[in-house]
Amino acid sequence: MRRLVLGHSTETTLIAGMVLLCVGLSFGTDRFLTVANAFDVLNISAVNIIFAVGLLVVLISGGIDISFAVAASVAQYLTVLALGALGGGNWAEGFLIAGVVGTGLGLINAFLIYRLQIISIVATISTFNIFFGLLMFFTKGVSIYNLPDWLSNRVVFYEQEMADGSWVELTLPVVVMILCCVATSFMISRTTTGRKLYAFGDNPEGARRFGINIGAMHYISFGWLGLMAGIAGLMQAHYAQEVVPNALYGRELDVLAATVLGGARLGGGKGSVLGCVLGVLLVSITQNGLNLMGVSPFAFKMIVGAIILAAITLSSARLDKLLPEALKSSSRKGSQRS
Amino acid sequence: MTVSHPLLSLKNIKVTFGGVRALKGVSFEVKPGEVHCLAGENGCGKSTLIKVITGVYKPEAGAELLFDGKPIAAMTPTLAQSLGIQVIWQDLALFGEMSVAENIGFQLAVKGKYGLIDKRALEAAAEKALARLGVSLDVHQALKELPIAQRQIVAIARALVGEARLVFMDEPTASLTQSETDYLIEIVRNLSASGVAVVFVSHRLAEVLEISDRITVLRDGGLVGVYPVEGMTQSRVTELMTGRNFDSAVIASDHDDAPVVLSVRNLTRNDEFSNVSFDLRRGETLGITGLLGAGRTELALTLFGMRQPHSGEILLEGEKVSFGSNRDAIRAGVAYLSEDRLSLGLNQPQSIADNLVMASLNRILSGGLISSTRKSHVVSHWISELGVKIGTPDDPIRTLSGGNQQRVAIAKWLAIGPKILILDAPTVGVDVGARAGIFDIVRKLATEGLAIILISDEPPEVYFNADRVIHMVEGRFQAVYDPRQTSLTELESTVYA
Repeated sequence: MRRLVLGHSTETTLIAGMVLLCVGLSFGTDRFLTVANAFDVLNISAVNIIFAVGLLVVLISGGIDISFAVAASVAQYLTVLALGALGGGNWAEGFLIAGVVGTGLGLINAFLIYRLQIISIVATISTFNIFFGLLMFFTKGVSIYNLPDWLSNRVVFYEQEMADGSWVELTLPVVVMILCCVATSFMISRTTTGRKLYAFGDNPEGARRFGINIGAMHYISFGWLGLMAGIAGLMQAHYAQEVVPNALYGRELDVLAATVLGGARLGGGKGSVLGCVLGVLLVSITQNGLNLMGVSPFAFKMIVGAIILAAITLSSARLDKLLPEALKSSSRKGSQRS
Repeated sequence: MTVSHPLLSLKNIKVTFGGVRALKGVSFEVKPGEVHCLAGENGCGKSTLIKVITGVYKPEAGAELLFDGKPIAAMTPTLAQSLGIQVIWQDLALFGEMSVAENIGFQLAVKGKYGLIDKRALEAAAEKALARLGVSLDVHQALKELPIAQRQIVAIARALVGEARLVFMDEPTASLTQSETDYLIEIVRNLSASGVAVVFVSHRLAEVLEISDRITVLRDGGLVGVYPVEGMTQSRVTELMTGRNFDSAVIASDHDDAPVVLSVRNLTRNDEFSNVSFDLRRGETLGITGLLGAGRTELALTLFGMRQPHSGEILLEGEKVSFGSNRDAIRAGVAYLSEDRLSLGLNQPQSIADNLVMASLNRILSGGLISSTRKSHVVSHWISELGVKIGTPDDPIRTLSGGNQQRVAIAKWLAIGPKILILDAPTVGVDVGARAGIFDIVRKLATEGLAIILISDEPPEVYFNADRVIHMVEGRFQAVYDPRQTSLTELESTVYA
């Protein structure tokens, strides 16, 4: 147990922080601590968690991606247009098209980074602009409100009326989110590919000397994020019951912050699915609580920003990391073999 | 063990990079279970040879490569691994965020059945490899939490998981203390006794002579020869490596008439050093030696203002000083050449000129802006003064050899016009041949009146280049030696005792 806690210090800190936050909020407003509200938070967070686990894979392999949220917009727009051309389509076709478009856009990023040797943040800022620019140019910013019925109708897996008259609902995005989490978790922690991704992110030169296929690492990580982005795009269209070209614009930074909050290291080699989920949920719970307490929405960004900053300082930067480098080297040098 | 054929045999290995011949028809041979040293200066072709053996580089036609008596037509990294050829790189190439078990068992992890990982098998393999080395480590610990010596052990254990028969160790002791080095040597002996051949690449000739059975010396991409270690001396190996003969003579002299520049009285920093007192006079070179971890660097950093003493005082030309930071120390004329030149001392991608003026920017200002005329004047002055071999001052500093980089690093500090120059391990990563050049500079500076503190963990360096030698043990000044009245053997035996 002790090892479990020590080995997952970020996750443990996040859970503790979340418990404190929940306790505080439940005193602040009596509408917070209800089962219905908990499910609300889950439903609202589902899309961001799908994004986050995709981004996690890229961060683990040492890259970064700014373009995935607008890539999801492109994927949802193209999917809805294609479904229209197919005469309506169904869920299977929807997932297939969104997934293929998303993966394709991710592979473009991987190509730029691996083949053309462009640093991932620069490459994806470029594709962020290109994807979004092309989308706005061809759609002229026009939204699609007329979705096929199967796509806009809510799919509820489980519902129950509570004693207070509110409804508890487990919807499709949450189920899809859980599947994405399980799949990502399996891929990164149980397969050899996952080990290679961690190794490559941790020490690229070491990985190369081990004969790991560096190109494959790029295509797998960015392709996986693309796939998740496509799925998240479809889920967001389903949840919002419309396709608005700029609906996801700006989402990338929220997801990035939440993922890093969840313990993923920007330098690569570290991060877990549980951490991602907790990171996104912490931000969602904060917003939800502020909302219920009647705090002005204009203050949200500021407060969320401060909470992310505080949480990251407490969880990832341990106290000794805040000490000057010179003070630490002595203890390292002094340490002997035991 | 009697074996009719060598484990590895290479003949006529030629490699050319862009018109430059890196290896000129070298042959190399390793017997099963022997400890073999590959010696030579930087750039002599050692790494290239290792990369040919591990299949990273292809030799030119006419080369012959036999492993276990069987000819190998084309070596690849994968084939090398499956034959049991393992390399422990100088930077170890380990994964910091992973656990010890994941690092050691990494080869198993990437070759799992159905693409899945068997964590139990991985941990079992890690435990087994560590047990074979006679080491106990918590395999669940994250690698980045281990000290460097233990990481070294993890790297060796990782090589053993792959059923190693031939292990290359590239500068394995570069960042180890003496007792850690002794331990590593013991491990190498155990490996050798269990039939694994070890090829040892090291700059430290003392340990090379202690551990190896045979030495292969390379120079300028060519083979100088293969020698049994018996009867070999350090100076003989140096001569073979450089093709030159270095005569060492004690240079110590008295400076009692010169004014005292620096006085240190009972200087103490808890857990680092205590009650350190000495005087340093104009034109004097004070050598400080002792094992890694004796508190030498900590003392130097305190004199340089980067750490504050807990008690005691520092007097600069008779005035008591208290440095709040190294900016104060630099202003007062104290310069410190850091021990880690590559990462702390120089900004590798930047130009030679920019590196050289880094500490003295305020001296090349004109109207508050950097004057390019003054800058190039300063740069050309010091480059000719210290005899740095460069193309143009605008080339990135990383294009220079270790010895020339160190000259620029010294020039960087001389440009501030210091009264005191502290040199911390100035020859680490500098070739034997270039070391003499660095010390020629140090002597010249002392003659010109600079007060110098020379820190080194190699006793001969301070013995031959300082006026007095202080032996530091666990943060205390153990004894002061006058090289004119002490033999080098005596000094070395006390330091390594």
